[in-house]
Amino acid sequence: MTEKKIRVLVAKPGLDGHDRGAKVVARALRDAGMEVIYTGLRQTPEMIAEAALQEDVDVVGLSILSGAHMALTPRVMELLKANGQSHVKVFIGGIIPDEDLLRLKEMGVTGVFGPGASTEDIIRDVQMAVAG
Amino acid sequence: MTYSQAILGGDRLALARLLTQVENDVPESRTALIELFPHTGKAHLIGVTGAPGTGKSSLVNQLALYYRKTKEKRVAIIAVDPSSPFTGGAVLGDRVRMRDLSGDTGVFIRSMATRGSLGGLAQSTANMAQVFDAAGFDIVIIETVGAGQSEVDVARLAHTTLVVEAPGLGDDIQAIKAGILEIADILVINKSDRPGVENTEKALKSMLELAHPTERVFQHHGQSMRTAAPRQDSSSAPMWIPPIQRTVATEGKGIAELAESIALHVAYLTQSGGWGLRERARLEVELEALIREKLLNRFREDVPQKRYDEILEKVIQRNISPWEAVRMLIDK
Repeated sequence: MTEKKIRVLVAKPGLDGHDRGAKVVARALRDAGMEVIYTGLRQTPEMIAEAALQEDVDVVGLSILSGAHMALTPRVMELLKANGQSHVKVFIGGIIPDEDLLRLKEMGVTGVFGPGASTEDIIRDVQMAVAG
Repeated sequence: MTYSQAILGGDRLALARLLTQVENDVPESRTALIELFPHTGKAHLIGVTGAPGTGKSSLVNQLALYYRKTKEKRVAIIAVDPSSPFTGGAVLGDRVRMRDLSGDTGVFIRSMATRGSLGGLAQSTANMAQVFDAAGFDIVIIETVGAGQSEVDVARLAHTTLVVEAPGLGDDIQAIKAGILEIADILVINKSDRPGVENTEKALKSMLELAHPTERVFQHHGQSMRTAAPRQDSSSAPMWIPPIQRTVATEGKGIAELAESIALHVAYLTQSGGWGLRERARLEVELEALIREKLLNRFREDVPQKRYDEILEKVIQRNISPWEAVRMLIDK
């Protein structure tokens, strides 16, 4: 018998090529015992939602440093919902101005992590969000 | 509607959910597997294994693309990556190389961590492959890192096993070592645009000649007819000699030829009765594993943990041997 693992999709939507942060987070979550599926750079919201579906993940982490988060995030949220995956918790990491935080939360985003966020906090928040 | 009904109706979310249940081996998954079993046995299972960095994921990407574009087959991919032995976590990165396949509903990619369970990987992979089979996928590709026995076992589930090599990974002594090369139905030299490809091919060829000594004659054209003819007469199937295919997966080179080799292997299996034999062996292994699990559970129910611990302690103290312990626990 194997125990239930938390499955996380770490994705980079949009066109910026900075995936250092995404990889650090992926590794931290791995070290916390989670199974992290990494998609690579330049994913469309459609590709991300499709991967989330196929992998039956509990959490999607979006890493966005291009400033396009207000365009990309709602699309991902919509597609997850359309696929019947509204239970999936979405986290965002990257450069997100404070004034967008509230609107992202309203869209259903569970948490946002900016520069300087500790991996311990990220791990704890992800674990708590999955536990419900 | 149950998961199995939904899956037979083409529901992709139900498919993804059931795969999770099967991987976690929860009791509900057994019910679904029972219901789906009559619908299995149609898919062609292709195992892809080889050392890390030989380009397995890129190759699988190209192969799936080829099957989609030219044969219109539905392709499922189970991509296995290792779990950390210390934390149990994993980073599953095979999808990074398979981005060409996204957006195509005829392809379903599922990443899977080895989870380090004893023999459990082969079992859960087999079950997941059955789910894809029942869901109507024509081809199920199982990609594993060829680094350990369990991965070899997984590759062995397949009807056709590809072992992927790349130039510059080792000399000819590596090639004659026992292990994953022996399970190959087709040997692939990926990254064949790199220097050293001749040496790799030569090493693999000599390894094959050692493995199939009778076939050495086979390769000399003058004599090949004589040795091949009587074997065919005695109704025993001719031997399959693993072909060596060169590919450059990142450029899509050699993929059509590789697919051709795979098709030849399927034809060979069908003609020689090998397909049936492999199916039989696979299901027998599966049945045995299930029996073992059931018996172990029954034993655990029968024997109180306390008694088990007591006897284990005696063994540790060297008061009794493990063989006597088994007699005391099981024969009472």
